[in-house]
Amino acid sequence: MRAVLRMVAWRVAFAVPLLVIVTIVMFALAQASPFDPVRQYLGERALVTSPEVVEAIRANWGLDRPVLEQYATWFGNLVSGELGESRSLHRPVTEIIGERLGWTLLATGSALVLMFAGSLVVGTLAAWRRGSWLDRVITGGAFANESAPVFWLGLLAIWIFAVTLGWLPAGGLTDAASTTISPGDVAAHLILPVTVLAISQSSWLVLYVRESVIGVLREDFVIGARARGLRERTVIVRHALRSALLPFLTLLGARMPELVTGAILVETVFSWPGVAAASVQAALAVDFPLLAALTLLGTAAVLAGNLLADIAYTVADPRVRTLGVG
Amino acid sequence: MTQSLRRSAALCAVLALFAAACSVPQGPADAPDDTFVIGLSSEFDNLSPVLGFSPDGGSLFFDGLMSRSPDLTLKPALAAGQPEVAGDGKTVTFTLKEGLRFHDGKQLTSEDVEYTYEALLDPANNSTIRSDYAAIKEVRAPDPRTVVFELKHAYAPLVQRTTLGIVPKGTLEKTKPVGTGPYRFVSWTPGDKIVLEANKEYWGGAPAISKLVLAFAPDDNVRATRLRAGDFDASVLPPKAAAQFRGQQGVTVYDVPSADYRAILFPMTHPVTGDRAVREAFGLAVDRQAMVDAILAGSGTPAYGPISPDTKWHNPEVTGETNPEQAKKVLDEAGWREAGDGIREKDGRKAEFTLMYPAGDSLRKELALAAASDAKKIGLRVEPAGLDWDAIEPRLGEDAAVMGYGSPYDPDYVNYELFHSDFKGKGFFNPGLYDNPEADKLLEKGRSAGDEATREQAYSDLQKIIKDDQVYSYLVFLKHVYVIRGKYDGILPGVDGHEHATGGLFAGLPAWKPAT
Repeated sequence: MRAVLRMVAWRVAFAVPLLVIVTIVMFALAQASPFDPVRQYLGERALVTSPEVVEAIRANWGLDRPVLEQYATWFGNLVSGELGESRSLHRPVTEIIGERLGWTLLATGSALVLMFAGSLVVGTLAAWRRGSWLDRVITGGAFANESAPVFWLGLLAIWIFAVTLGWLPAGGLTDAASTTISPGDVAAHLILPVTVLAISQSSWLVLYVRESVIGVLREDFVIGARARGLRERTVIVRHALRSALLPFLTLLGARMPELVTGAILVETVFSWPGVAAASVQAALAVDFPLLAALTLLGTAAVLAGNLLADIAYTVADPRVRTLGVG
Repeated sequence: MTQSLRRSAALCAVLALFAAACSVPQGPADAPDDTFVIGLSSEFDNLSPVLGFSPDGGSLFFDGLMSRSPDLTLKPALAAGQPEVAGDGKTVTFTLKEGLRFHDGKQLTSEDVEYTYEALLDPANNSTIRSDYAAIKEVRAPDPRTVVFELKHAYAPLVQRTTLGIVPKGTLEKTKPVGTGPYRFVSWTPGDKIVLEANKEYWGGAPAISKLVLAFAPDDNVRATRLRAGDFDASVLPPKAAAQFRGQQGVTVYDVPSADYRAILFPMTHPVTGDRAVREAFGLAVDRQAMVDAILAGSGTPAYGPISPDTKWHNPEVTGETNPEQAKKVLDEAGWREAGDGIREKDGRKAEFTLMYPAGDSLRKELALAAASDAKKIGLRVEPAGLDWDAIEPRLGEDAAVMGYGSPYDPDYVNYELFHSDFKGKGFFNPGLYDNPEADKLLEKGRSAGDEATREQAYSDLQKIIKDDQVYSYLVFLKHVYVIRGKYDGILPGVDGHEHATGGLFAGLPAWKPAT
């Protein structure tokens, strides 16, 4: 346990300079961007706004200052917990993230669980019946799914389940006509985006589980278990699957970024009011304060994902030494 | 809408696909107590009129001193009557109605009006519409029911600008608007929707549609799908996406004319486009009707000047035609002769120029490509170039570009800045460096004259000069396509401005009544 704690401490210590570097790169990219934030702020009105007003807004935002000074100011505010005000939404960044983060965590969290459970079952089935029509359908489906863009899958799901069958709502957080947020309503609106997000990210997982279980099924201890006359289910679930799962935990952490990008597309297609949809808006509007906060949040999510995966790995497999200091 | 109704509507929409005949449940379902859902393509940045939310009177939460009818005439809203304009045109006085109250019960006085305009003009607030109100020197509130605007110069369009919503004094509320308008704010789920309810105590009478939801769905396909699924009761769609709803029972498609035009801006100092003959020939070569039919799917009209033919300011003499033969003759006479490769030449210079368009705007791209191919037929080589606005702006003085402007409200709007020589080379204002003292004089006269007939004459003459000088090649006026489910009385299409979120057709929603 102490080893795990030490690893966490090391990782966190390492994460700090990494996050600082991310802020620097982000700032440099924003500076190099050919997009003018004031023009994006004005939107269509940029064409009918006098240059004096444009310059006044630029000065109010401190964009006429030297780059280093701008960065120092922004970074100083960041360290003191002041994320600033979103330029496109005219509201404090913390407020915007606060009211949206919960919805994203709900959607991606549910998708993660569904993806994990679903892929495990489907991948193991394919490995168990290797070479059968079931295996071929699953593998073929996984490849087809991997090549299908998420938004296409989303629109297809809307078309089938919302428009043609009318079973599920097409988008939004609640019924467009409802004026309050009730759990049942949200749950009904959650089904399509979560399923689409889970399925869209699951191909690699299904194929990975399949490969891994097939490999393990050839191992001596599985043959031994079968030879002892254990039931097939016990062999697969208790013996083969368990040892096939280990590397999978690390992979899960490594795939975090893709879940984040997947969430961006799914939230856009299903009008889901989460942070991912907000980052698209922020990027389009060159809204640096909001975009920077969201990028940092994304970076932190990826780091945390990796860390959790590593912790899970150490817990699951005592052979693994942490950082060579365990 | 109830769950079951939504389902049956969805089912209906699906059946309609196969049978092309389907009737959406009517009657009690669309009773006045029902919720009306509008699917909007873009979410509002904020809901503060001070910062630029819906200044032209489509805000639903707020009232201005004046409000605009669908036929574009102004009628008093918070004001008790038409304003008094002093002889020199530099002082405009409004008297407020009695007993006006904000949604929170507070009384509205002239101090709230003063505050709204002064907050807007305060540079520290970064208002996106500040330059529209640049003529105002100060706003005074000598007594609770009187508001006086002191202007820097006589500015006739001021009254048109007073559709701006009035906010309570001392608050710069951006997300929970408190106004005096026909609808009061209930909630805003960012990224999803805004919920409104009818203001039962509205001075103009409570709206018949008692609950209103503005739902946001940026993607055109998503909006069309959700409209079809019965999730939305109304939406604005691109012409091609709206086509599937035409002729369906229970659904009405409104093509609303707008003053929103697309035109080609020519740099006056460019050796080729600086020649009036080239610009005239170009204007003759472009087939505008083909653009309307093919690119806009019929939802538009050919444009020959900056003023919409649907407004009273339009000069009917300003028209044009497609005549490539005449175009060739104009070029021949001006000395642009056919050369070997089909591109004309004059004094060793090829008749060619670059036409820029914003790369992300597919409409302008298609217009640019169509115009280039029309120009090629008369021996002009036009090189379309898709760029970002930030790359386009500095080049506007050197290369042609597809621009979009237009407001139906007052001919002074934008046109003053686009054609007056004072604004030469100032950002997006007159980047082509057009300079005609006569146009300057007419613009000044139109802006300052108090008398309507004088103004009309000035703008009528101005349109002719712009046409004669061929400052721009105007291509098309767009039509906005609204799809509305269910039957309502009182839907009055007018002439839309560029903004049409809850402006445009939906601005009249408080007066809609479910048809019986």
